[in-house]
Amino acid sequence: MKRGDFLGHVGWTGAGIAYALTAGGIVRAAETTPDGPYFVQISDSHIGFRQPANPDVAGTFKQTIDLINALPNQPSFVIHTGDVTHLSKAEQFDTAKQLLGTLKAPTIVLPGEHDALQDGLKPFYANFPAKSGTDGWFSWEAQGMHYVALVNVFDFEQMGKLGNDQLTWLQRDLARVPKSRPIVVFAHVPLYALYPQWGWTTEDGSKALAMLAGFDAVTVLNGHIHQVIEHTEGNIRFASANATAYPQPAPGTAPKPGPLALPPNQLLHAIGYRSVEMHAGEATKRDVTLG
Amino acid sequence: MNALLLASALLAALGASPIAAAPAANAAATVHIKDFAYHAATLTVAPGTTVRFVNDDGEAHTVTASDKSFDSAGLDTSDAWTHTFTKPGTYTYFCALHPYMKGSVVVRATGGTTQ
Repeated sequence: MKRGDFLGHVGWTGAGIAYALTAGGIVRAAETTPDGPYFVQISDSHIGFRQPANPDVAGTFKQTIDLINALPNQPSFVIHTGDVTHLSKAEQFDTAKQLLGTLKAPTIVLPGEHDALQDGLKPFYANFPAKSGTDGWFSWEAQGMHYVALVNVFDFEQMGKLGNDQLTWLQRDLARVPKSRPIVVFAHVPLYALYPQWGWTTEDGSKALAMLAGFDAVTVLNGHIHQVIEHTEGNIRFASANATAYPQPAPGTAPKPGPLALPPNQLLHAIGYRSVEMHAGEATKRDVTLG
Repeated sequence: MNALLLASALLAALGASPIAAAPAANAAATVHIKDFAYHAATLTVAPGTTVRFVNDDGEAHTVTASDKSFDSAGLDTSDAWTHTFTKPGTYTYFCALHPYMKGSVVVRATGGTTQ
């Protein structure tokens, strides 16, 4: 397939929430089950958070998991892109692990900086063992796709940062991937400079993006900022995800980031999960909210 | 709720200034965390001072030494953490959740003032 043809099929075909008119009225098309193979991204459950922005984060996390479990055609996997807990406390990891354990689909859990507040990432990996080695980052192949899970919350003082070890590993990993194979990359913190003023960037992310630039179709999915923001650089498409806990302000709309307390009836419209259907290089992204 | 928070923040800010002004051995000193910043960002204390760090912000923060010699771990809203600074020196710290938040405690024996 020629590159130009291929790229024509890569765009998000389900950006945002889709609506459809049916005999029953207007329903969110996003609530329908994807008909092909797909995966689900959840993020930023912040178990242990108790502030007014969401007094029941365990409840909304469970509600999200129940929605995913209710999908008749189950996803290939569910990936949590970090900030599983709010303060890395043992009981918070316990609760999160129990709730994640109720997911029917295979589950992958990546750390966020909130999961690294007690003795680095040791408690996180004790609860959610790394898929390969002790470094935390890994890749796998499925359904003609190459998936890469990165960790950019190791170095607290320069968050996000991938570090040279991980970048060297990524270069080796990508060297064996054909340029035409679609790649999906997961990380907690955005890999590009989404809003550096609030720390919404990865210091050495551009090095990883330079390695990915040579591929025909790359999708980068992250959490951290608790809202859906899409971005494109060449053949790389980025999309940050909603949290299951609480939203944060859009970049520049508040003096500081942080939990955004919405009126109670609006919270459920700002949190939820994402499904991404991948087939023949086409990505259909659906951001499904709880309300 | 917002008015209450604002009032407590103002009280906290007022309370912080006299404590920070004059370092004294064994005295208590307080650093307030508010609006993604440490107040005072630089605190000068005498050796042996126990410094109390209070999170007055709506977001969680940490007090983590740049050299990792001390770490509050995660401080939720209203959480407090104390650390006793025994040896003279300048101790820089940051927030592990928001690393652009930086502060320092200067420990010295005589005549220090808050910078």
